[in-house]
Amino acid sequence: MQPKSPPNPGRRKFLTYTTSFLGIIGAFFTAIPFVSAFKPSAKAEAAGAPVKVDLSKLLPGEMMTVEWRGRPVFVVNIPKENTNFITKNLERLADPNMEDPSQPDYAKNDIRSRKEGIAVLTGVCTHLGCAPKYYPDAKPEDFDSNWQGGFFCPCHGSKFDLVGRVYANVPAPTNLVVPPHFFEKDNLLVIGSDGVS
Amino acid sequence: MSENTIGKKSLEWVDSRFPVVDLFERHLSKYYSPSNINIWYLFGFLLLIVLVMQILTGLWLMMNYTNTAEGAFSSIEYIMRDVDYGWLIRYMHAGGASAFFALIYLHMFRGMMYGSYQKPRELIWVGGWFVYVLLCAEGFTGYVLPWGQMSFWAAQVIISLVGSIPYFGEDLAIWIRGDYIVSGITLSRLFAFHVVLLPILIIAVVFFHILALHEIGSNNPDGIDVKKHTDQDGVPLDAKPFFPYDITHDFYALGVFLIIFCSVIFFFPEGGGYIIEYVNYEPANPLSTPAHIVPSWYYTPFYAMLRAIDFPLFGLTAKFLGFVVMAAGIAIFAALPWLDRSPVKSIKYKGIYSKAFLAGFVISFFVLAYLGSVPPTETKNMLAKVFTFIYFAYFLLMPIYTKFEKCKPVPERVGDPA
Repeated sequence: MQPKSPPNPGRRKFLTYTTSFLGIIGAFFTAIPFVSAFKPSAKAEAAGAPVKVDLSKLLPGEMMTVEWRGRPVFVVNIPKENTNFITKNLERLADPNMEDPSQPDYAKNDIRSRKEGIAVLTGVCTHLGCAPKYYPDAKPEDFDSNWQGGFFCPCHGSKFDLVGRVYANVPAPTNLVVPPHFFEKDNLLVIGSDGVS
Repeated sequence: MSENTIGKKSLEWVDSRFPVVDLFERHLSKYYSPSNINIWYLFGFLLLIVLVMQILTGLWLMMNYTNTAEGAFSSIEYIMRDVDYGWLIRYMHAGGASAFFALIYLHMFRGMMYGSYQKPRELIWVGGWFVYVLLCAEGFTGYVLPWGQMSFWAAQVIISLVGSIPYFGEDLAIWIRGDYIVSGITLSRLFAFHVVLLPILIIAVVFFHILALHEIGSNNPDGIDVKKHTDQDGVPLDAKPFFPYDITHDFYALGVFLIIFCSVIFFFPEGGGYIIEYVNYEPANPLSTPAHIVPSWYYTPFYAMLRAIDFPLFGLTAKFLGFVVMAAGIAIFAALPWLDRSPVKSIKYKGIYSKAFLAGFVISFFVLAYLGSVPPTETKNMLAKVFTFIYFAYFLLMPIYTKFEKCKPVPERVGDPA
């Protein structure tokens, strides 16, 4: 048996649409807790406090890895004799003048840091997040016959110079990120804070 | 005699409440498959068996696995050393993942070779493609769970891919990780996906895939429509019922498959580093990337494409572009039914261009698989670019070469001279 059509079809239609509309709004608000529970929890956010590093034992040419926010931060003591590479090799770099904002303004200088001879770089390749390897010496390497010293990412072959500026024509799009940092004392580096300037 | 009656009565009792007989006939004893199907038609059945095996072994592994950054690695070692036959169950599961991909690639190639994706089987193909995509996600999430070095860095690389999406990519990556870096929080949610969400979706889509297949029926190596010639009862003349004929062949194939599979899991459980990578026997260390990151062998063709794109284009960064090309390499399979304009299905009757491009595709797939598994060099990067181009040429030029090439006539019935 065919059910009788409602006495007022327009009213029926209106109620169907308004109910569906409210249902969609309800579904949207229901989604909020599910989407939010995916975000970093309060505990994960709190784990991002600044770290202090004593540099008195870091000899020229050496690099140390410091953990900040669970990421490696490379602190390199660039020897005096190597600093001229940083100004020599510019034509092979993608962004030698650091136009991309991958460093705080106070680090937008030749050494990309707040102190002569000390590079502070987040050790996370800007391509896909691997940790680049430190190849400080200017000598022919497997991945580059004219290597001038710097960082090489073993994952996809991205190359960076000693202060983390990316080479042209490699997968990584931007220079290595310089984290916020300042020197509390001459040899005491603080990573994760801009300090009071 | 009386037992038979009891059995018969029980069947009638059930059948009047649930259509067991009807289901058995429709999907097995009166489901007809072409009489000319060959060895390439065994892989669907084997895939189903492997799916069941993965669910069973996965369930058992889950009983002893710990899904935290602190406990995951040692719980795997506990399974390997202290649980009775834990090593076997784990090797079955890890080897099963590789077998799953090997079989699904053969199964997909069969479809490409014989034009099984063509009208009216588009939805069967798209459904199967979706199973493959889900399987890639399942493989990736499972790979992270042992929380070794490769687990950690694979998660890092893959989730970072999302970060390359312009504007909101970085926030999206943090949202997916639930942390600023890959951490125990990420591990725990990938575990939830691996054991609940993705298996449910895979089972559901496999169900859809088989239901759609049983509506249309199997294609065959000649691409002949066997439903055109039927007897007076509507039974196709050039076909035979799945039960008991095909299933007997399938079980024979299962025996052969199990001999190979058992040889691998008993004697080469790590598969020379291809099934379980040696670096993954080191616990995850966020501060040190392994010297050479390789994905599992079944992702290496797409990984090679990702690495091949090292130049920006149309204002997009190289990183994002690499991600897009890699995703496109997987996604483009779904478009096959609409790219192929050929009047014939099977490669047997297609023209010389279809044959050449299919051969080019197969070669590029293998070359890219190799290139994706070795460290990058300038020459290899150049090769990867060339073969990525050939890979995509197979798909993107298909509407042209299938339309204009000269095809051979398809026989009317199985066994007719061409």
